Amino acid sequence: MKSIAQLARLSWHYLWSRPLAAVLNLLVLTLGLAAITLVLLVATQLDKAFERDLTGIDLVVGAKGSPLQLILAGVFHIDVPTGNIPLQEVQALQANPLVAQVIPLSLGDSFQGARIVGTTPDYVAHYGATLAQGTLWRQPMDAVLGAGVAQGGLAVGAAFIGSHGLGEGGHAHGDHPYRVSGVLAPCGCVLDRLILTSTESVWTVHEAATADEPEDLEILKEEREVTVALLRYRSPLAAVTLPRQINSGTEMQAAAPAIEVTRLLRLLGVGADVLRAFGGVLLAVAAASVFIALWNAVRERRADLAMLRMLGAPPGRVAGLVLWEALWLAALASLLGLLLGHALAQALGWALQAQGLLPVSGLVWLPAEAGVPLLAALVAALAALLPALQAYRTDVADLLSQP
Amino acid sequence: MIRTRGLCYQYASGGSAPLRFPDVDLRQGGTLLLRGRSGTGKSTWLSLIAGLRGASGGDLFVAGTQIGTQRGAEIDAWRARHIGFLPQKLHLSGALTVAGNLGLVYFAAGLPRDNAAITRTLAQVGVAELAGRRPHQLSGGQAQRVALARAVLLSPELLLADEPTASLDDEAAADALALLQGTAAACGASLVIATHDQRVVRALPGAQVLDLNEIGLQRLLDKREQL
Repeated sequence: MKSIAQLARLSWHYLWSRPLAAVLNLLVLTLGLAAITLVLLVATQLDKAFERDLTGIDLVVGAKGSPLQLILAGVFHIDVPTGNIPLQEVQALQANPLVAQVIPLSLGDSFQGARIVGTTPDYVAHYGATLAQGTLWRQPMDAVLGAGVAQGGLAVGAAFIGSHGLGEGGHAHGDHPYRVSGVLAPCGCVLDRLILTSTESVWTVHEAATADEPEDLEILKEEREVTVALLRYRSPLAAVTLPRQINSGTEMQAAAPAIEVTRLLRLLGVGADVLRAFGGVLLAVAAASVFIALWNAVRERRADLAMLRMLGAPPGRVAGLVLWEALWLAALASLLGLLLGHALAQALGWALQAQGLLPVSGLVWLPAEAGVPLLAALVAALAALLPALQAYRTDVADLLSQP
Repeated sequence: MIRTRGLCYQYASGGSAPLRFPDVDLRQGGTLLLRGRSGTGKSTWLSLIAGLRGASGGDLFVAGTQIGTQRGAEIDAWRARHIGFLPQKLHLSGALTVAGNLGLVYFAAGLPRDNAAITRTLAQVGVAELAGRRPHQLSGGQAQRVALARAVLLSPELLLADEPTASLDDEAAADALALLQGTAAACGASLVIATHDQRVVRALPGAQVLDLNEIGLQRLLDKREQL
């Protein structure tokens, strides 16, 4: 054990006897590992987020358009909806024997970037969310804040005014302020980023904004719409017939989340693969760089190594010095690479959060990250293999014959 | 301390005739001057004595051990405990301090580092105050003293010095030899000095001499015959 401690200490001195080479190798190795850590963190969290938000939703029904857009807008709330669909059609779906549950969602307004979603309490129950404070909405214009939205400072009892549109800059519905009736506990799902209210609230705000005359108001009430309906099948058989029925027999569009998300992940996967490959290239460059540095170091220190052999060090111990130098680099690069990877993930998370997109955090640590130091050690050990072998074969006779 | 009988060495290339060394008997505490021009086999003889090379023939006993019967790890451990070596080029590692360079001795021998012994030995050769310096901050004489401290740190029974006075002026050469002899005597070590410097021969009149110039000449004659 003491021998290993000596080996580690000595190799540390040797490593930093060439500070420029050590720093450059460390930098390249760190960047490669950081890229791989970033991909691991982001891909895992996005996969989990998709899986969590999609749980229990078999079909998403909305206006005709891009099915992927419908899923992104209706389930993940990261895109604009394709349009609205008549309430009557949604009610007809509710009566369909193939359908177990329909959750209507009415979109259109937002508050400080958070979407206001008109829905039913079933939506909250679907994700198993619970209230941290207050109650669910009991009357139109009551609103419940997702945990993330509540961090903006609004509390139970506070009033706020929604603005038209899902982005910043829409006109304010000043005549119809919302009142916060409750705040949801963090659920780690899409609800954290939403403001929930009854569908009636959304209708009230928009009908009042659209109607110029009392007669208009009556007409609008008769032709009420929702934006999206989330469906759960009563039996797997519905998957075969219901989407086709909706797509060919109505003005609506039915999109199966599983299919669309697979398509989306395939698209995102290309990006992840590119980043992963970039990390791989950086690691390969780092391996080559470490190899060259160690190879030169062994050549420069040939006499030192021979002196060690003369002093009685077995060849394995001399080779171990070179290997340990590489392992020090791997250890330092792993630490820095993991920290940098997490810092980048956190920065990306802030950027995505600012745009109301998917939640990504750098504060999450994954078991798979244990593979990063192992990967670094493997790369370093491979790079050190030949130089270590060269050190192992150090010929002491060279030392004796040097003038 | 050293006893050789019919010691010879054949280079791996095999092209030239084997080196046949004269027999040697060196008592414990004695001094042997190994003389010869370049290419006469001084380095080879030293490496045979240190167990770094295996002899092609003959018997070799050093510090009571027959060399050539041990495996690699055993001979390494034996060398660490019994042989001290002062090379011509001192090979102090620039990555380490003076004390760190002496610490290499413990690392090489697989022993726990003894800082007190390092300080004591540096004091013995008169450079205790240099323990924290790097080799490039030392003068030539100081560096040689540090290298000597490294060679005698584990109190070896045999101290090998390769051209210790090369490139030194007369005064410095005399100092170096006196220090070498004094240090070897202090730790009870036998001393072998490989040299072609006549000043060393004159300074150590009582030393045994192993002159390799003759076998160098014989080798050249053998080579000419082969051609």
